[in-house]
Amino acid sequence: MAFILILFPLVLAGIAALIPSNRWRPWVLPVAGVAHLALTVLVLQRPDMRVTNAWLVLDPPGVIVLLVVSILYLFSAFYSVGYLQYRAERSNRVFVACLLIFLGVIGLVTWSHHLGLMWVAIEATTLSTAPLIYFNHSKLSIEATWKYLLVGSVGIALALLGTFFLAYSAMAAGLAPSLQYEELLVTAPGLSKTWLHAAVILLLIGYGTKMGLAPMHTWKPDAYGEAPGVIGAILAGGVTSCAFLAFLRVYHITLAAGEAIFIQRILLFMGLLSMAVAGLFMVGQRDFKRMLAYSSVEHMGILMIGLGIGAPALFGTMLHIMTNGLTKGVLFLSAGNIHRSYNSKSTDVVQGAMRRLPLSAGLFLAGFIAITGSPPFGPFVSEFSILNGAFSAGKYLVAGLFLVFLLVVFIGMGQTVLKVVQGRVPAELPPTRYRDAWHTTAPVVALMALVLLLGVSIPDPLRALLDDAVRFLGSRP
Amino acid sequence: MLIIEMLNAILVIVMILNLFALGNSRIQTVIRIVGTQGALLGLVPLLLHTDLTLPVVLASAAAILLKGLAIPLMMTRSLRAAQIKREAEPLIGFVPSIVLGAIVTGTILLVSSRLAPTGIPAESLIIPTSLATICTGFILLITRYKAISQVLGYLVLENGIYIFGMLLVEAIPLVVEMGVLLDLFVGIFVVSIITNHINQAFSSMDTRRLVSLREE
Repeated sequence: MAFILILFPLVLAGIAALIPSNRWRPWVLPVAGVAHLALTVLVLQRPDMRVTNAWLVLDPPGVIVLLVVSILYLFSAFYSVGYLQYRAERSNRVFVACLLIFLGVIGLVTWSHHLGLMWVAIEATTLSTAPLIYFNHSKLSIEATWKYLLVGSVGIALALLGTFFLAYSAMAAGLAPSLQYEELLVTAPGLSKTWLHAAVILLLIGYGTKMGLAPMHTWKPDAYGEAPGVIGAILAGGVTSCAFLAFLRVYHITLAAGEAIFIQRILLFMGLLSMAVAGLFMVGQRDFKRMLAYSSVEHMGILMIGLGIGAPALFGTMLHIMTNGLTKGVLFLSAGNIHRSYNSKSTDVVQGAMRRLPLSAGLFLAGFIAITGSPPFGPFVSEFSILNGAFSAGKYLVAGLFLVFLLVVFIGMGQTVLKVVQGRVPAELPPTRYRDAWHTTAPVVALMALVLLLGVSIPDPLRALLDDAVRFLGSRP
Repeated sequence: MLIIEMLNAILVIVMILNLFALGNSRIQTVIRIVGTQGALLGLVPLLLHTDLTLPVVLASAAAILLKGLAIPLMMTRSLRAAQIKREAEPLIGFVPSIVLGAIVTGTILLVSSRLAPTGIPAESLIIPTSLATICTGFILLITRYKAISQVLGYLVLENGIYIFGMLLVEAIPLVVEMGVLLDLFVGIFVVSIITNHINQAFSSMDTRRLVSLREE
């Protein structure tokens, strides 16, 4: 099953590259999206399909990430068809092919139970998304792509070194080295502590760079700001979730090694720092796409805090992967619509979006309310659950700071969002041809409905998956 | 013991190449130095494996071809397209860079001689060479401004990590090794396209010009 899920998007990428028509090529994306989600649902119903061999196993946290990426990808794919119609003058061959390759490698990330293989897949997500950021071929997008590639590659190179250190920590303790996930979990208690600590720090820096944790987040506002909205959605909901999953495996091994206190302290610090930095840069932010990038930094921080609190907050953390991923989809896709209609992303120009684009602006506003953790939307449930975990673990200082930073972010983000949405459309605005259209709003409406559903009640099958993931992270073979 | 001596000889050459890379202002020469370093390292698996199987030979050949030939060729092409020859004014001058690199290498060698590594013969230089090469990569990345020079720094960093991987022959299967090489190849391919576009759009490869994106 793993091979089908990983290889069919790659085959479709080859086919898409051969299709001569710029107009019909983007339709390969929704085809791939539908097939991918169908296969994912099939795997969910048939647990016997989740083990291909020792290296390719779909574990419960992997299921969560695969599901959220698959859903996000499907709606982004439909949106892309609409988006590319507005960019008909430019060849979309590279865009479509890279987006399909990305879908394949994301499958490999979620399935890989060999940390070396997982590293290869994570690096491949960087490489397949770089040309997507560069799609607009402007000076600014070159700069953003360069920073994304250089910072991302150097960060991820450190993760490779960390992976090697992890294998060597077995050798240093006189054990047989291995990078296979289950074997590492078994040998974890016997690993050399010095090398293990060094490995974990390097892996945190490496995969943290990919997630965009502060202070390794510097590439993020540039890349998210210059990439097309739909790519922002894929990066903020898909790539970051995958990098988080990679780190989650490292976290699990560290817990199995009995180093919970060591790692949880670092994670709480990194998480709170990310939230603080994000809040700081969001206040007074005039570029609404960069604002969304800082929101992503904040939410990666929240995920880290969830892991830092440990068992009581793990359910919330797992749920937050889903709620954050889907809400980021809503925000980036609607922000893309607003950007296109005003041909600017500065709040000096973009005002009164509610009048010009009622639907997209409404979705943008709803996405803002959801992502800042207001009821009745999904992120409220997951953030509240993490907060609850902090209280029940007796981490009152963490809980207090968490609430303060959420408030700062709410105020900072609110200023920018309200400026975009409210007021009058500036009179001297140059005309653009984009207005709300069904093919670039319907996918966003659907995503928003899912975010609302997760806030109102979590469906039982999903709850079972989340419980499985929490149990898996608590398990020691 | 002959194998260990040969291995150490290669590793010493690798460390000397690090210093050459730090001290040379002609980018074309640095490309050759880094390529030579990569190709030399590609030979090492042939020494370490007692029984030479076809996969080991293939992996080694792939590494040598990629790092010693394909990547230097790609980089030379983008260098020609950019019509630049030298790294004009690095953050730290070339001679001070060599001194810094030598100090770092020396410190690492001193410190690591006190650690007793396990699983490998004590006299092996694998760990210190790996760390020294990684540090050299970072010095190049931080102190050079031309986009191509930074990519060269990344390649040296990657070589350093590759050296560490030699300790873990059993833990790193061929598929993963080939995957890492493939990622490196595609990565350099994408990066050279981007550096070409940087050169066209900004009429320069100086990354100090890439400062439009920042907080106001």
